[in-house]
Amino acid sequence: MGLLDAAITRHNVLVTSVDNVLNWARLSSLWPMGFGLACCAIEMMATNASNYDLERFGIFPRSSPRQSDLMIVAGTVTMKMAERVIRLYEQMPEPRYVLSMGSCSNCGGPYWEHGYHVLKGVDRVIPVDVYVPGCPPRPEALIGGLMKVQELIRMEQIGISRADALKKLAEKALDPKFIVERERKAAFA
Amino acid sequence: MEEGKVVSQSVQESAAAYSIIQERFGDAVSAFNANETMPFLEVVDTDRWVEIALFMRDHAKLKFNYMACLTGVDYPADEKVGIICNFESLALLNHKIAVKLKCVRKNGSLPSVACVWHTANWHEREAYDLFGITFTGHPEMKRILCPDDWEGYPLLKDYKVQEKYHGIKVPY
Repeated sequence: MGLLDAAITRHNVLVTSVDNVLNWARLSSLWPMGFGLACCAIEMMATNASNYDLERFGIFPRSSPRQSDLMIVAGTVTMKMAERVIRLYEQMPEPRYVLSMGSCSNCGGPYWEHGYHVLKGVDRVIPVDVYVPGCPPRPEALIGGLMKVQELIRMEQIGISRADALKKLAEKALDPKFIVERERKAAFA
Repeated sequence: MEEGKVVSQSVQESAAAYSIIQERFGDAVSAFNANETMPFLEVVDTDRWVEIALFMRDHAKLKFNYMACLTGVDYPADEKVGIICNFESLALLNHKIAVKLKCVRKNGSLPSVACVWHTANWHEREAYDLFGITFTGHPEMKRILCPDDWEGYPLLKDYKVQEKYHGIKVPY
């Protein structure tokens, strides 16, 4: 339900709230930082490429943290890399979002027990907004996660904190089962 | 080698190479082990390892010009750690042999052969990083994979991961 989907009448005059305009502008041009750590990065690149074409969402990778809104932590974060990840996160201008992609950056993944060198979840060093499960997640799953970030941005208002926006997002979350059932029925009808 | 046992062509070639080394160095090397997948000898007198390595590389009938691998091993039962080096003679004689060396488990050291085969440079650093074997005469003896201020040597059997690294919790 985008801003431009509403029918515009009266000589292209549109009445809406400032929050709506700001959120629409920000969620329609999410620029992730172009950095990948392991095999998830290959999947992220595939998502950026023509088959899945992230640019239709206005998402395209930037090569500097100072130009990015979103950090996709795609892959295994080692203890050595963790400190670099913190530095990159700190270099990003606010408001910034973090998407943790794949089991490794969610919780350590297959390295959870014997991987002495792996950080057991990137949320130990930076705050994560959206987790995408999978090893590695399929491009559809990553797109789902990115749309979740867009939804989170839609929940934001001037004067409310990120924590409140996340709470609102959780309250408004739709039951995916219902949607899957509906789509399935429509497909077979 | 036991008499009457069928040995493959490549192991026979390795045995021939071994006898040249044994002839020159005598008791410094152990008996030949005709392992079918990895025929090997052990250098007993580890102080002579560089000398033996140069001999293996330069002798006209050995010409081991290629170090294929250098592996670290932990032998907790013997209170020892060691390395296994795999050598081949690429494009020259096409034979191969492996060499084992052992040293004491705690603060053990072995001579470095980084000056003989450049491959050994990073591989010895890796063995130091993960098993704590110091290589004397190595041009740059420091960790290669773990951070420089990491505690312990991760591939030792009794390794316990540290609780914190720069304030970040390490175990799950």
